[in-house]
Amino acid sequence: MRVTTPHMGKLDRIFLDLFARTGIEYIAPPKTSARTLQLGVRYSPEFACLPLKVTIGNFIEALESGADTLLMAGGVGPCRFGYYAEIQKCVLEEAGYKFNMIVLEPPAAGWKLFIDTVKILAPGKSIYQIWQIIKVSFRKARIMDELEKYVLKYRAYEVNRGDTTKAYKKALDIIQPAMTNEEITQAAEEAFLILESVEKDMDRPVLKVGIVGEFFVLLEPFTNFDIEEYLGNMGVSLERSVYLTDWISPSSKNPVMGISDSEIAKAAKPYLNHFVGGEGLPSVGHTIIYAKEGLDGVIQLFPFTCMPDTIAKSILPQVSRDFDIPIISFVIDEQTGRAGIITRLEAFIDLLASRKKHKDRLQALGHGAHRRELARSGAAL
Amino acid sequence: MSATVGIPQALLYYKYYPLWEGFLKGLGAEVVTSNVTTKRVVNAGTAVAENELCLPVKIFFGHLIELKDKVDALFVPRVISVEKDTYTCPKFLGLPDLARAVDVKLPKILDPYFNIRLGRRRYYEAIFDFGKLFTSSKYKIWRAWQSGVRAQRLYQKKLLSGLSPLDILSGIEDAPSKGNIKIGVAGHPYNVHDPYINLNLIKKLKSWGAQVFTEEMIPHKVLDREAGKLPKRLFWSYEKEVVGAAFHWMQTKSVDGIIYILSFACGQDSLIQVLLETKAKKQSDVPLMSLVIDEHSGEAGLVTRVEAFIDMLRWRSIS
Repeated sequence: MRVTTPHMGKLDRIFLDLFARTGIEYIAPPKTSARTLQLGVRYSPEFACLPLKVTIGNFIEALESGADTLLMAGGVGPCRFGYYAEIQKCVLEEAGYKFNMIVLEPPAAGWKLFIDTVKILAPGKSIYQIWQIIKVSFRKARIMDELEKYVLKYRAYEVNRGDTTKAYKKALDIIQPAMTNEEITQAAEEAFLILESVEKDMDRPVLKVGIVGEFFVLLEPFTNFDIEEYLGNMGVSLERSVYLTDWISPSSKNPVMGISDSEIAKAAKPYLNHFVGGEGLPSVGHTIIYAKEGLDGVIQLFPFTCMPDTIAKSILPQVSRDFDIPIISFVIDEQTGRAGIITRLEAFIDLLASRKKHKDRLQALGHGAHRRELARSGAAL
Repeated sequence: MSATVGIPQALLYYKYYPLWEGFLKGLGAEVVTSNVTTKRVVNAGTAVAENELCLPVKIFFGHLIELKDKVDALFVPRVISVEKDTYTCPKFLGLPDLARAVDVKLPKILDPYFNIRLGRRRYYEAIFDFGKLFTSSKYKIWRAWQSGVRAQRLYQKKLLSGLSPLDILSGIEDAPSKGNIKIGVAGHPYNVHDPYINLNLIKKLKSWGAQVFTEEMIPHKVLDREAGKLPKRLFWSYEKEVVGAAFHWMQTKSVDGIIYILSFACGQDSLIQVLLETKAKKQSDVPLMSLVIDEHSGEAGLVTRVEAFIDMLRWRSIS
């Protein structure tokens, strides 16, 4: 059995670790590319969302490179992601591919089914052993997410452009081979040290922006044109509404991102009073929380025809007005070009910078002493 | 509270209007509905709606705008779940919030919850909570609900006999259509029965000598059983009905062909289309044609395709 999974950010690193522990051969698909998307689009239904098209492309390329078992997550709705495994199976069989498919349904669809599926993926292991494997593997994944969070926040402050990105890659590679709990602890310390020792200019004025939206597009750099790195290089410090382990884990506390589901729902309540599947509610809730935290702006990213985030997009203009925070939404599909996104993004960042400059100036009128310094910092932006 | 309450003639209107009307009237409200969808409604709706929303939701906004000056409140229930372990469409889960976000001044929006997932007790509690807006008498609320339920039962009986929703609701009770070719029209009721959305497809089919069947004419038990034949059960109720109807027609071969109407950008329809087309191709002798519609659909294109489809069916039945 040579198992493969679709790409979604660092997901392949997590599975590489998990399957090394359970003793199953794992083949990560080739890195998502224009060809991946092209293959996916050829076999996908026309107005299914981008994640389906990209993951079908991943599966095809993985089958080409020797995988024979496709592992996909299931779901119980109402977002259509929960039905994607069925559709993938249907269209890939139609296209003539031969494979096995394992669908990991969430425990909400029944614990027995969940445990039975997990047991296939960890042959010969007891439930206790599996639980131990998941625990340690998950801890490692969480540390990787913490590293990413640090990178998003501090890339804007680096003195030499590109240092943080390089350090992040090095840090991930230090964590990757760590297996036991002690090794992980040690590797984590080393990894954070590498990131912390990147030279930073913490006095530099930076814009603070929140990123919200649909998880796949947020987590997979190919589909979001790696705008996080681009923004970081522009001098924008980022907060993001979802991290990989927050999305996978059954906990509603969201340890990495740091805001619990109930806080999100509470914040969103006046505007969206019920979950609508996917990230519809979190997109609204996070935007409000970010506005209250005083962030300069919010970027929403989601695939074209995504139902939950389309609802959020319809509601966000109200939030923007009421909380006086600029919001820009990017709707992404296979036709979207990087240049178009970057142009709009740059215009948005310019707008945020001039707003901030204006705000700072008004504030400075009250505090004469700061005036000159703030004016200079505004000009630097 | 005695008030005029508006019910837009869109989305779930085609499914639950008698229930809602009976309930609201029983509570002492005066019920006003919007008229059939027109170009003006569509334009008003698309002007205020987010571009990526599906046409039926845009039209829903148009109907809200049509009603806004005529009523004290608008009835936009949050229909979350109508069956165990299923949801409706995500957009229905957020419909009252979407309506409030429309950039037009609307009257108060009444949004009772219908959520059977939380159990019968919570389901009825939500109904009583809503009824309290009108009257403090629990007995009166219960009576109002029951009169709605009775009206709904009668409505569903008439639907089963082959009458179309708009005919029943406007009091026309013609005998079901006769024709020399049988066409099953699958799709969400708000697409199948709104003549503006589907460019008057049903009437056209009838005028071309076709006898038209829709999902409402099939008992719910049969729909459920047929949809249950999918390898993984669907977690959306209304889509189960669409799939169930199409599978039923394919299974029994009771129609000569199936036309499946779907709206562009509909999340569920994008997947259901794959399921129906695969089944039609692999395991069925009943031809299926998908018609994707949005606000830019043109009549000429639709007529050409449907005529060709019917010609093909006629030719098949001769050979």
